[in-house]
Amino acid sequence: MGLVLIKIKRYMEHLELFFKSIFVDNMVFAYFLGMCSYLAVSKKVSTAVGLGAAVIFVLTVTVPLNWLLDQYILQRGALVWLGPEYADYDLSFLSFILFIATIATMVQLVEIVVEKFSPSLYNSLGIFLPLIAVNCAILGGSLFMQSREIETLGLALNYGFSSGIGWFLAILAIAAIREKIRYSNVPAPLRGLGITFIITGLMAIGFMSFGGMLTGGDDAAQDVEVASVEMPVNEMSNTEASEVVSQETESEVNETIE
Amino acid sequence: MGLLSKKDSKLIFDPLADNNPITIQVLGICSALAITAQLKPSIVMALSVIFVLGMGNVVISLMRNIIPSKIRIIVQLIVVATLVIIVDLVLKAFAYELSKELSVFIGLIITNCIIMGRFEAFALGNGPWRSFLDGVGNALGYGIILIIVGFFRELLGSGTLFGFKVLGDSVEKTGLYALGYENNGFMVLPPMALIVVGIIIWVQRSRNKELIEEL
Repeated sequence: MGLVLIKIKRYMEHLELFFKSIFVDNMVFAYFLGMCSYLAVSKKVSTAVGLGAAVIFVLTVTVPLNWLLDQYILQRGALVWLGPEYADYDLSFLSFILFIATIATMVQLVEIVVEKFSPSLYNSLGIFLPLIAVNCAILGGSLFMQSREIETLGLALNYGFSSGIGWFLAILAIAAIREKIRYSNVPAPLRGLGITFIITGLMAIGFMSFGGMLTGGDDAAQDVEVASVEMPVNEMSNTEASEVVSQETESEVNETIE
Repeated sequence: MGLLSKKDSKLIFDPLADNNPITIQVLGICSALAITAQLKPSIVMALSVIFVLGMGNVVISLMRNIIPSKIRIIVQLIVVATLVIIVDLVLKAFAYELSKELSVFIGLIITNCIIMGRFEAFALGNGPWRSFLDGVGNALGYGIILIIVGFFRELLGSGTLFGFKVLGDSVEKTGLYALGYENNGFMVLPPMALIVVGIIIWVQRSRNKELIEEL
């Protein structure tokens, strides 16, 4: 019985992280990561799909890799596997340089491997791969993984993959909108870049409504704290907090029933 | 302008308006918008980018003849990462609260497209002094947009500037609040950063018709 509960809890944890990374903490709409390529490559749906797929792929590979680096080399006390005298070492100031080196190397490696084994995939992804090494979403994924202290390798993999999907959805949506907006009469000074900014802003407001989707787990309490740092504490966050608490107790009840 | 020749001063002042990295070249929006809810982090971010881009351009320009072109992206990333680590450690030592607030966004200066863009487009082909001016100019152009956005978002969103209550106290109803003025809480939320930048682009392009994009 206890084992089953633990399994269910783990499963729920993954599911929660998955949906949270796609909708609530969407890379583009909540943190503006990867905006440069998001704005530059979203003129046509087909190219947007290519870049989006490449981002999913690279995030899924680099976040778990950087998780391993963080866990076994960078964190305070991470080097303890070398021997007890290394327990006090804290190399976390090196994380920027190591993360970006991993990402750049991985992108290059992926490019070589894909070119060798799947020329058709290379033709569709290939031109985007070099762009990706300097995409903020990729480094941002690794840095958020580090600052949120994601616990297991599985969760890190999940986080990379689902943030990638969130980014993919965002660029797909904006590319589709930009293809259609050609037919409407946008004020001349707003054409192109300006209207894209405003549309993205409106989409971000839409995505904020997913904020109420947070379910159960210990994370929920933390999220409310983060939210209240970002906006001044007002009645809204209080009601949110009470909602989350009630959801939390609900899900706990559900778990014990199962 | 005794120090700078006409060509050099063009390097600094062009990116401030008509060749602005954010509103015209569409670079470096990534790490910029999330931290502009208040003026202070915006200014710190702008200063950090000025430092990183100025120094980075000089370093890359000094090494431009010995970097093999095949691995130049990795070399550039390492140079930026080193400079960003310096910025991060300085902030942690002297402004810990602020560095907590900026969290991962200082790290994201590494992938700020302005930096890679200037390395590729300018520092790889020009001498150190001109590269330095170009770097500072572009970072200033970026910083100006950040400060404008931060100014409006803090003023309209929280009624403060640098944390000072310039519009009066919203709880005790003094100053403007006595007349029934309310803060627009929406301005502190992330989406408004995008809309404010959109409006800046609108204003800029309607003042300078040459910048309007073709359909």
